[in-house]
Parts: sequence; structure tokens; C-alpha cells
Amino acid sequence: MNENRREKVTLAVLVRNEPGVLSRVAGLFTRRGYNIHSLAVGPTEKKEISRITIVIEEEPERLEQVEKQLHKLIDVLKIINLTNVQRVERELCLIQVNGEKRSDILQIVDIFRAKIVDVSPKEVMVEVTGDTEKIDAIIQMLAGYGISEIVRTGKIALARSTQS
Amino acid sequence: MAKTGAEILVDTLVELGVEYVFGYPGGAVLPIYDALYSSSLKHILTRHEQGAAHAADGYARTSGKVGVVIATSGPGATNLVTGLANAYMDSVPLVAITGQVQSGLIGKDSFQEADVLGITMPITKHNYLVKDENRIESVLREAFYIASTGRPGPVLVDITKDALMNYVSRKKSKNGLDLPGYRVLKEGHPRQIALARKLIKEAQKPLLYVGGGAQDASEILIQFAENLDIPVTTTLMGIGAFPGDHELSLGMLGMHGSPWANLAVQNCDLLIAVGARFDDRVTGSLSKFAEKAKVIHIDIDAAEIGKNVAAYVPIVGDAKTVLAQLLDDTKLCHREWIQEIRNFELPMQLPKEPKITKCTDCTAPNMKNSDVPPPCRKKDSVDPKVVLEMVSDLLQDDLIVATDVGQNQMWAAQYVRVKKPRSFITSGGLGTMGYGLPAAIGAKLGRPDRSVVLVTGDGSFQMNIQELATIASYGIPVKIVLLNNRVLGMVRQWQTIFYESRYSQTCTGSVPDFCVLASAYGIPAVRIKNQDQLGLLQEALTSEGPYLVEVSVDPDESVWPMVAPGAALCEMFHAAKAPTPSWQRRAKS
Repeated sequence: MNENRREKVTLAVLVRNEPGVLSRVAGLFTRRGYNIHSLAVGPTEKKEISRITIVIEEEPERLEQVEKQLHKLIDVLKIINLTNVQRVERELCLIQVNGEKRSDILQIVDIFRAKIVDVSPKEVMVEVTGDTEKIDAIIQMLAGYGISEIVRTGKIALARSTQS
Repeated sequence: MAKTGAEILVDTLVELGVEYVFGYPGGAVLPIYDALYSSSLKHILTRHEQGAAHAADGYARTSGKVGVVIATSGPGATNLVTGLANAYMDSVPLVAITGQVQSGLIGKDSFQEADVLGITMPITKHNYLVKDENRIESVLREAFYIASTGRPGPVLVDITKDALMNYVSRKKSKNGLDLPGYRVLKEGHPRQIALARKLIKEAQKPLLYVGGGAQDASEILIQFAENLDIPVTTTLMGIGAFPGDHELSLGMLGMHGSPWANLAVQNCDLLIAVGARFDDRVTGSLSKFAEKAKVIHIDIDAAEIGKNVAAYVPIVGDAKTVLAQLLDDTKLCHREWIQEIRNFELPMQLPKEPKITKCTDCTAPNMKNSDVPPPCRKKDSVDPKVVLEMVSDLLQDDLIVATDVGQNQMWAAQYVRVKKPRSFITSGGLGTMGYGLPAAIGAKLGRPDRSVVLVTGDGSFQMNIQELATIASYGIPVKIVLLNNRVLGMVRQWQTIFYESRYSQTCTGSVPDFCVLASAYGIPAVRIKNQDQLGLLQEALTSEGPYLVEVSVDPDESVWPMVAPGAALCEMFHAAKAPTPSWQRRAKS
């Protein structure tokens, strides 16, 4: 498979809030050999519906298959392809970074409108939200100071209401 | 009177019109079996859960109804796995009901506990775990609906033992199904229909490529093909959807397909796929498949369209409905094209001459019974193709054939003349050895008015041979034609062609004596060792009850023609050895 030809696509998959539904979606991806870049699940405004935001990296002609196969799952209610629509997308990231040069770090945190959420004598924990690129950028900036741990949520996204 | 979950389950099955259930009891399903004890449902006790699953599958294929199978928790349920995967690949409507350990014991590695929901997720259309007795009825109704509509498939319902034992408090579950994420499209989109019509009218060399999805569209398919004068090739699963003896029939396509069918695919300018999924055994090399053709792809499953081959006109819908939409009073004539197909020069390619080597692994001890021919002895054998043609001639339209997997299956596909839909019962997608015998049992129960013949081989037959007991104990009149070449023929054929005749582990030897074995079950049996004894076949096929006919076959007898995996359909070995095409047979008779 040609990795260069892969495109990143963001899908919002609305599913019935049933036990095993995440397993069905994840299992489908494994079975068909689709690549998940990130995945985030959570409840929605309706208690019986959950929303899975999946970022997939696939060749263009396989992307249609991904959506069609997802549609076949009985518990999948709706699939919204957010790739080519006006949208807001966010990721949350926590970064544990060496705090020796705390003032430098504070400056970076300020520029990125991030927050310090925990401080210890040796380290500071930075919380940042934003799109994938922004988070990649702050990680890159902080890397030089010595990052000991990172955790990132999957991307979540919502279409802007003006266009629909 | 209050009823238990198990009693409600059995009542619901009766209300859903179920006649037969296939299964095997065990601890977790004891409440169901207790409810069955005083029910009108007919339960067929197989000798292995896999047999029950295949029998339900065979029943569904011939009857067109949903097949039902019951198994207990743990090993009972895991024994269904092959049967479910098989039904899933061939889109067969099944509902599997499995017992699960008490809900309080789930997740504790309890006795006979297995994560059946997790195990069967990728091989079912949908599955359920029911822990609440009040949901049993509604879930079963959903399961039947999902299994039988759209692209059919197996649905598994795993029910905890406590849910089966508890008394159901809710009087009657709400009637409507709660399936907001499940939609079935029957009709094709009008714009695509119009486009398809236009292409069909413009085409010079159209070809119908018909799969298992067209088994219930047979009548309209014949009318469609005749009105528009379009030749038809079927897949293994499509056999019978279009009558094999029709002058427009080109026979099966693909790896062991008819050369005329394969060459027609390579030369057509319009390929109309009806309920077929462009499987690799059909297409050979995808990039070289039907290179000159535009493709109209009709399928009930949107995900099949564009999966392997790009469709010029995609039509999502039910084959019967869509063909009805496409059909108008247009009459076309494609005699020139049909003549071109009939006059195709067949490729002369031959496989590399096999080295003559001795079987090195014939270590299986020969039976003392000297009546059984030793392995690999060439004399005393009958041409299996002649036997299968005889079976067709003897039973004609009445015939339903169930096959196993391997050479027996391909010979049956090539030489049995199937004229009616739902009459060729075979494991096409999964290729499950051992499918045939239990499937034949179900097939016969599904269509008691027809003659059911199982065509099997000595390898496949032994994979579910225990079901002879089921046949014997219920007196199910299945006729078994066992092609015994004492080797695993199809694998051996590949070893001959692709592995320099190094016959690794494909010689099974002359064990057991199948005729003696059949008599141990009380099933009459006869062995045909040469052409002169072929008369015995008629006697067996026209007898009342079950019968086993063992036919001695030369282990070097191969399935021809053959397209090597990954080759283009026009690159066939031994094209000249193909079965006689329908038009030549018709000319002869």
C-alpha cells in the first residue's frame, strides 16, 4: 500500500449508545485493514446516542468503502464526513515538561494560550487545546526543555452552523 | 399465566413461523430445551453444533426462510463459529440462539463461559447479548428481521441463563422494531435506472454476470435476458438463478469456469453484474478483468459496489425489483455477439507437465478389508464427471444438489445441470469442508418435495461425518454420492501444478471403509468401482430412504479448465477439457 497516497479524513459517527458499539466500530477497522489515526468517543445531547469522531488515513478510493462499511453496522445511525466542511476541531493535550526554565515555558504557554495546570519542584504540566497543528507546534516548542510525558485526546470536530 | 424467558422465546419462534430448529442441548440452554419439550416446534438434534449451523444454513437456502440454530454457552457457541462465518460469506439468513452463563457469572471465567458476542462480531450481520428476560421477544423479532431483509445474513442472540429462567413481567413487548440505524433500499435510483437502460441499448456486446443475490430473481432474469438477447454467466453462488440448459447460458465463470464465459467477460463491452460481488475466484487478475467493459453493478449492499471493481452505473437495490425497473418492452438482438462467443478460439495453454512422483506420505495403514482399493491405484476407477451427468439425467428438475468443498464441488458446479434457483447448495465464499452433509440434511427438510443429492469427497465428508447419525435417526432421505479418490484432491491438484508434485499430507489412504461405516449407521451403501457398475447409481437414487454411493475416483483426475490465481480470465489451462456448453448439448439432443 502506498502510504503517500493516503489522505486524512475526519468522520463523525453517531451510534446507538449500546454496550459493544465501540468494539464493533474498532473491529470493523481492524478487519478491513483501515488505519485509524485518532478516535474520540463521548455522549451527545441525546442520551441514547454517542458520537465517535474518527480520523482515518486512507487511500482516496478506499475512503468511500470505509463509510459504506460503517453504514452496515446496525448500531450506526449517521455518518458525517467533516473533512471538506467548515468546522471547528479541537484536541486536548497535557504535557509534563521539565520546569528548570520555567519563565521560558511560561512565555510559550502564553503564546499558545495554554495553561499551567500543575507545578512541582522539577516539572510543570501544561494543558493546551486546539487543532492538531497547534498542538504539534507547542509540543515541538517544548521538546527542547525535556518532555517526560504527553497525553492527547483524539480529535473532536463539529460543523459550523452557518453553512448548513 | 406467567411465562419464563425460554417459554417466550419458543412462543416467539412459533409466531415467527419457524418450523424447524437445529441444535444441541447443554447447561445454559436447558430452559429452552425444557420449553421445546412441550412445543410444536420440530427440533433436529445434530451430532455437533457445527452440523446444526450448516443444517440451518442448508434449510434456509432451499426454503428461502430463516434458518434457526440453538447451542449452549462456551464450546457449544464456539462450535457455531464456522457455520456463522460460512452463512455470513454466502449471505444466508440465520438466527443463532446461544445460551450464556448467568449474568452474575459473566466475566468471571465461569464454567462454559466464552465471549460469544465478541467472537462472533465480525462474522455476523448483527449480534445481541440479552440479560433481561423482558427483551427476549423484541430482540428475536429484530434478529429475524435483520437476518432476512436487505442483504441476508446470520444474526446471533446470546441469552443469559437467568434471563431464560426468569418470569417475564412485561405482558407484550411493543410491536414496532427499534432499528433506527437499519434501512433497506429495494428500488434502484431512477436516474441510475435510466442510465443503465441507455447503456444496455447502446451496447454491442453485453453480458449478464449473475451471482447468489439473484436466486430469487430467476423468473424476471430469464425474461430480461431473453428480451434483450443477452448471454448469461453465473458465479458459483448464482448457479440455478439462470437455467444451466438455456441457450443463453454460458455456464459458470472464474477459476474453474467455462472458457466461453471467461472469454465473454474479457471481450464484452457492457458487464451487467446482478447480485454478484467480484470475488477473486471469479475475477482472477482484477486489473485485467473485463477491461473492455463498462460495468453496471446491481447489488442490495451498497458496500459491494466499488469494493473490487469500479462501477460505471451503480444501482443499489434488490435484484428482482431492479430488474423489473429495467425491464420495458424493448427487444434487442445480439446474435452476432452470441455467435462470436460460441466461435471463440479456446486458449491452448497447458500447465507445466507434472513430474511423475510417487506419493510419499501414503503412510495411512490400509484396512485389512481387501475390498477397499489401495491409495493411488489407477485402475478400478470411474470418471466423476460421468457420474454427475448421470445424476442430472436421472433426477432432472427435481434435483437439489448440495456439495462439499474441493474437486467434488467444482465438478458438481461444472457437470450437474441445475435448472432451478435455490437448488445448488454450496459453501462458496468461505469454502468450508464438511459443509455438505449437514447442509444436505437442512436442504431436504427445507424442500421435502425435491430430491436432495449430496456430492462430497472423502476429505470433506469426514469433517462432519458424525451427521450420518442425524440422517439415520430421522430417516432423512438424502442421497450421498461420495467421490472417493483417497486424496485431498484439490490441494493435491495445486501441489501437482504449483509445487512440483510434492504431495505433502494430501494422501488420506483407504480409511475408513465408507460402505461398512454407512451400514454401522444403518444406512444402505454401495460401492461403484468401474463404469460397468454405474447402473447401481439409479437404484440408489430412486430408493426411498438415505443411501450412500461410494464412487472410486482416480486420484490424478483434475478439475479443468483452470485459471491460476491472479492470472487473467483468458489465461486458462486445459480450456479444451471444459464441459460441453449448453448450446452444443441442445444441438445434440
